[in-house]
Amino acid sequence: MPAAAISVHGLRKSYGDYEAVRGISFEIAEGEVFGLLGPNGAGKTTTIEILEGYRPRDAGEVDVLGFDPGRAGPSFRERIGVVLQQSQLWPTITVAETHRMFAGYYDRPRDVDEVIKLVGLEEKRDARVKTLSGGQKRRLDLGVALVGDPDLVFLDEPTTGFDPAARRAAWDMIRALRSLGKTILLTTHYLDEAEQLADRVAVLREGQIIREGTPAELTGGTNETEVRYRQDGHEVVIHTTEPTRLLQELTAAALAEGREVEGLQVRRPTLEDVYLSLTTPEER
Amino acid sequence: MRLYRLQLRWEQLLFWRSRESAVFVFLFPLLLFTLLTAVYNGRIYGRPASWALLAGMLGYGAATTAFAGLALILVARRELGILKRIRSTPLPPATYLVAVLTSIMLVFALQAVSLFVLGKVLKSTPWPQNVVSLALALALGAAVFAALGLALTGYIRSLEGSSAIVNVIVLPMAFLSGSFGPTRHYPQALRAIGAVLPLKPLIDLINGIYLHGQQIWDRPRAVAILIAWGIFGMAVAIRKFRWEPREG
Repeated sequence: MPAAAISVHGLRKSYGDYEAVRGISFEIAEGEVFGLLGPNGAGKTTTIEILEGYRPRDAGEVDVLGFDPGRAGPSFRERIGVVLQQSQLWPTITVAETHRMFAGYYDRPRDVDEVIKLVGLEEKRDARVKTLSGGQKRRLDLGVALVGDPDLVFLDEPTTGFDPAARRAAWDMIRALRSLGKTILLTTHYLDEAEQLADRVAVLREGQIIREGTPAELTGGTNETEVRYRQDGHEVVIHTTEPTRLLQELTAAALAEGREVEGLQVRRPTLEDVYLSLTTPEER
Repeated sequence: MRLYRLQLRWEQLLFWRSRESAVFVFLFPLLLFTLLTAVYNGRIYGRPASWALLAGMLGYGAATTAFAGLALILVARRELGILKRIRSTPLPPATYLVAVLTSIMLVFALQAVSLFVLGKVLKSTPWPQNVVSLALALALGAAVFAALGLALTGYIRSLEGSSAIVNVIVLPMAFLSGSFGPTRHYPQALRAIGAVLPLKPLIDLINGIYLHGQQIWDRPRAVAILIAWGIFGMAVAIRKFRWEPREG
């Protein structure tokens, strides 16, 4: 078991009367990509900002790279890279200048051109930031987070607002980061993103972790298969642990009557189904 | 120290690269001075009008550059998330802020020199005699206004309204303090308001030094009022300055 890059025990945080994070615990190993998944208001950003050192916590133990982020100084910040949910950079200077400025803040920065290449902005190297597209600006954000050669990268909703092509490009970049051996904590409310990128996922709802595991464990936790078809114009949905037998019966009956089973679909639950069943309040 | 010098260089690049700051913050007082000297003639405070207008414009420059300019730059950076981003790096926050303040003071210094050159070219205004006193007075004024500018950022909630708020403060203050001409003929009430604002003592100080050959220590009252404003500004800034944009 590799050493933990992040360990959190019993973390709590309230804003006034509102308890945003209600006693969560998790560990992230070095080199792991960990996803905090949850709907808006679940406490993802509060959690990540406590770990980044932006917010004090009310209770709990937090260890990030051996530091307490609530009290850590420059030596902690040497080792982390942060992409905030919403942030922009100076519009009037170029991509290369922005990277150089941030590189200057670190003791051992990465080579600026190498980082620009890594985030795919070589062609925009000398373009002013205001001329970049939304996706390119987000890549610049990531480049700036990497220029200090951090061991740990925080990505708060890295692809929110992207078109599908830009999302795929961002995913490729995040996979490239993992291959550099970086530990990555990302928050997202997109399930496919967590499924695609994260080694392990914690699902947050109302400030609590309600499920944690690999994407496969989360979807594999339930053995049910969903079978859908149409009968007399009505949609029939059956959840079954014996899909083989159900299908046999269904199709045999149809064959005997010489008709098609209309609109037949058989599918395994996706992470999305698990997530929805977890994050939607019970009364539905 | 290395980080400070580095950041100061970047701050200068950022200032001059932005057309808004270069034109509106740096050039505006020079433009206003040109216009005012074109319409005012005769004598003010017993000296040619252009001398007094130059002194008034130096005070206005301190307010518009170190106070308004600084506040606008910092609010914009805060609301764009740049300040928050900077805080995630090893650059110490104090180093960053001192570099930003020094940078704006440098801009003001250059502006002051340009005003003297412009005055010389347009109206043959004399070079200042008590250069050390004048430099001290201008540096004190700029520092006080920078502290007040830092404090003001805590009260500006959004980027959209920021330049309106700043102008509503700076323009009436400049008018009441005699930046655009003498205040002797103003009603008593307006003069009383002007007298408690920070710009009036600064302009009095500059007038005394530039027009009447005084030294900065000849006007301890003006210096004391300025310092009091500076302390007030710092105290408010320490409580109210924020690094993060308003949520939502």
